[in-house]
Amino acid sequence: MTNQNTISRESDLSGGEYKWGFVTDVETDLAPKGLSEDIVRLISTKKEEPEWLLEWRLKAYRHWVELEKSEAEPKWAMIDYPPIDYQDIYYYAAPKGTNEAPKSLDDVDPEMLETFEKLGIPLQERAALAGVAVDAVFDSVSVATTMEKQLGELGIVFCSFSNAVKNHPELVKKYLGSVVPYTDNFFAALNAAVFSDGSFVYIPPGVKCPIELMTYFRINTEGSGQFERTLIVADKGAYVSYLEGCTAPFRKTSQLHAATVELVALDDSEIKYSTIQNWFPGTKDGEGGIYNFVTKRGRADKNAKISWTQVETGSAITWKYPSVILKGDNSVGEFFSVALANNHQQADTGTKMIHIGKNTKSTIVSKGISAGKGSNTYRGQVQIMPGAENAVNHTQCDSLLVGDECGAHTVPYIEVRNPTARLEHEASTSKVSDDQLFYLMARGLSEEEAHHMIITGWSRDVIKELPFEFALEASQLLKVSLEGAVG
Amino acid sequence: MLEINNLHASVVDIENSEILKGINLKVGRGEVHAIMGPNGSGKSTLANVLMGRPDYLVTDGDVTLEGESILELRPDQRAHLGMFLAFQYPAEIPGVRPWQFLKAALDSKAESRGEDKMSVRNFSKLFDEKVEAVGINPNLVKRSLNEGFSGGEKKRNEMLQLEVLQPALAILDETDSGLDVDALRIVAEGVNSMRSPERSFIVVTHYQRLLNYITPDVVHILVKGKIVKTGGPELALEVEKDGYQEYLEAAGANA
Ligand SMILES: Nc1ncnc2c1ncn2[C@@H]1O[C@H](COP(=O)(O)OP(=O)(O)OP(=O)(O)O)[C@@H](O)[C@H]1O
Ligand SMILES: [Mg+2]
Repeated sequence: MTNQNTISRESDLSGGEYKWGFVTDVETDLAPKGLSEDIVRLISTKKEEPEWLLEWRLKAYRHWVELEKSEAEPKWAMIDYPPIDYQDIYYYAAPKGTNEAPKSLDDVDPEMLETFEKLGIPLQERAALAGVAVDAVFDSVSVATTMEKQLGELGIVFCSFSNAVKNHPELVKKYLGSVVPYTDNFFAALNAAVFSDGSFVYIPPGVKCPIELMTYFRINTEGSGQFERTLIVADKGAYVSYLEGCTAPFRKTSQLHAATVELVALDDSEIKYSTIQNWFPGTKDGEGGIYNFVTKRGRADKNAKISWTQVETGSAITWKYPSVILKGDNSVGEFFSVALANNHQQADTGTKMIHIGKNTKSTIVSKGISAGKGSNTYRGQVQIMPGAENAVNHTQCDSLLVGDECGAHTVPYIEVRNPTARLEHEASTSKVSDDQLFYLMARGLSEEEAHHMIITGWSRDVIKELPFEFALEASQLLKVSLEGAVG
Repeated sequence: MLEINNLHASVVDIENSEILKGINLKVGRGEVHAIMGPNGSGKSTLANVLMGRPDYLVTDGDVTLEGESILELRPDQRAHLGMFLAFQYPAEIPGVRPWQFLKAALDSKAESRGEDKMSVRNFSKLFDEKVEAVGINPNLVKRSLNEGFSGGEKKRNEMLQLEVLQPALAILDETDSGLDVDALRIVAEGVNSMRSPERSFIVVTHYQRLLNYITPDVVHILVKGKIVKTGGPELALEVEKDGYQEYLEAAGANA
C-alpha cells in the first residue's frame, strides 16, 4: 500500500490534464477494508473519543445499516454509476504517526508538507503573509493547522475536528448533528458513523474573523473513502469567511467521498462558505474519479446570513446540495454555483432554501457548464413554510453547452405555503456560439483562450463572490478542466 | 502587402452556395482601398474569408500576405500577423470586460512574437487614452463586451480595438453604418491618423460620405461575388449618383 509510484502529470497518458494527480509516498495506517460496528469502534478508539461520541456514531451506523437493507441509497439524482460495494472500502487511512495530532508544523511529516506545497497550499509562514489560516486534511487525518495561536487570541477556534472533540467537547456536543442529523440521508448516516476528521470553527460573539479560514482536503490512499465532517459555528454577531479546496491523485478506480458540513449562524452573524472542488474527475474515457456525495447545510437564526459559493470542476460524480434553513426572522441565504461537467463527468447539484422565519430572503445563482459527454443537472428546492411572511426568493439558473454530446437539465421544485411569498425564477440555456469564438480568435486569442474567456465571463456572477485569490484559482481550474473539450 | 487571386468561396456544408466567384485584388503597403456594392453582394463574406472564419470554404484561388499564403492559418494566427477585422456585427460576450479582452488580445500577439507583454499600468494608460479618443462613454467599457451596446457603440468599440491593436492590415466592414455624424468623423479621423506608409486598409462601405473624410487610393465595386469595376475616388461619387443598376444588369447578363 505504501510503495505507490508517483504519477506525474507528464507521464499520465489517459488522465487528461489533471495536474494534481500525484501520489505521496508516506506510510499509511489502514484499518481493514469494510464497514462494521468494530470498524466504527476502532475509528473512535484511534481518535480517543469520549463515550458519547462513540454512542452517536454507533446509532448512526445502525441507522445506516437499516437504510442500506432497505436500499435507501438515494437514486433520484440524474447520475448513473455502478453499485458501490461498501465493504470494499477502507474507512480509515491515516498517514503513520499522525494519530496524535501534530502540535506544530515541526511535527508534520516533511513529505506531507511538500505535498501541500505542490498543491499550492500555504502551510508555512507563507500562510500568514497570504492572510489565510489553513487546516489540511490528508486522507482522513488533519495534519496541520496554521495560525491557531493568533486566532486563539481573538477567542476563535479553528482546528481539526479531532482536536475540537478533545479541547472543546461542550461546543461539539452542543452543535454536532444539530443541522444535519445522522438520520438525514444515507450518506449523512454513513458519514456520521465513520467520519475521521475535518475542520471545526467557532467564532465567539461579536468577533469578525480577520482572515480567511481554509481547509484543504486531499485523498491519497488507493481504495480509501474520505468522510470528513466540518462544523462551523458563528456565535451572535460574528463573521467568518471559510474556504475549502479538494484534490485527489489520479486513479483508475473510483473513490468515495461522503462529507458532511454543518453551519450554525446564530443571531446577527454571517458565514460565507466557499468551495473549490477539484477532486479527480476520472479519465477521458470515464475510468476512475471521485464519487462526491456531500451533505451541506446551514441554519440561519435571526438576522443571520449564510452564503454558499462553490466552483465544482472535479469528481466523476457530484451529488451535492448546500442548503440553508432560514429559521430566524430576516435571515438571508445565498447559493452561488458554477458546476462543470466534462468528458464523462456527472454533476447533480443545486440547493435547498427552506424559509421558516418572517422576511427571509434567498438568492440562488446556478451556472452549469456541460462539455464533452458531461451531464449537468441543477436540482433546487425553494420551500416557503406557513409562518414565513413576506419571504423572497430569486433563482437564476443558467446552462452553457460546449459541443453537441453533453447534456444540461434543470429541476426546480417550489413549494409555497404562505401567500405573501414572492418568487422569481429565471432560466436560460446557451451555447458558446461560433460568432463569439470567431470574434475573440480574430483578435488573436487561441481557441482555448477564447473558450476560457467566454466561460469565465459567463460564470462571472459566481466567481466574483469568491475571495480574490480563489477567484483566480477558480478561473484557472475552469480552464484546465475544459482542456480536451475544445479544439 | 495583400494579394487575392481568383478567390472562390462558398458556405461550408451547403451545396452550390458559392458566394465569392473569383475575386482579384491587390492592396499595396500604405494603401487605402474602398469596397462598395449592393446588399448581399459578398462584401462581408470577403472580409470574413480574409480573416479565416470557419463557416466558409475556399474552393479555389489564393490569398497571400507579404507573399505567404494565409489560407491555412487560423484566425488567431492571422491576427498575430497583423490582420484586423472590424466586424459589421460584433459578437456580444457576457461577463467579459472590454479592458480584459483587449489586454488578452494584445498579450497573445506579443507572446506569438516573443515580445514582452505590456505592463498593466501602461496598458491602462493606453486604454484610457484611446477610450477618450474614440469617444466611448467610459461607463460603457466597464460593462460586458458589446452586451447591450447600441449599434453605434459597438462600432466605436471596434474602433477602440483597432486603435489599441494597431494592425498592419485593417479591414473595416461597414464601420460607418449606423453612426451619427460625430461618430463618423471619429472613425474617419481614427483611420486617417493611423494611415501610414506601413499600414493598409480595406474599407467596406455603402456611403460615399465616409470617403469624403477618408480619401481612398482605390475604389472597387463588388457585385454578385465579383469585382466588376475598379477606379479612383470618383467611382464612389458615380455610384452614389447612379446606383448599381448598370453593374447588376451586366453581371446578370454574364451569369
Ligand atoms: N454563413 C452563411 N450561410 C448562408 N448564406 C450566407 C452565409 N454568409 C453569407 N451568406 C449569403 O451570401 C450572400 C452575401 O452575403 P454578405 O454578408 O457577404 O453580403 P454583403 O455584401 O456584406 O451585404 P450587406 O451590404 O447587406 O452587408 C448573401 O446572400 C448571404 O445571405
Ligand atoms: Mg455586409
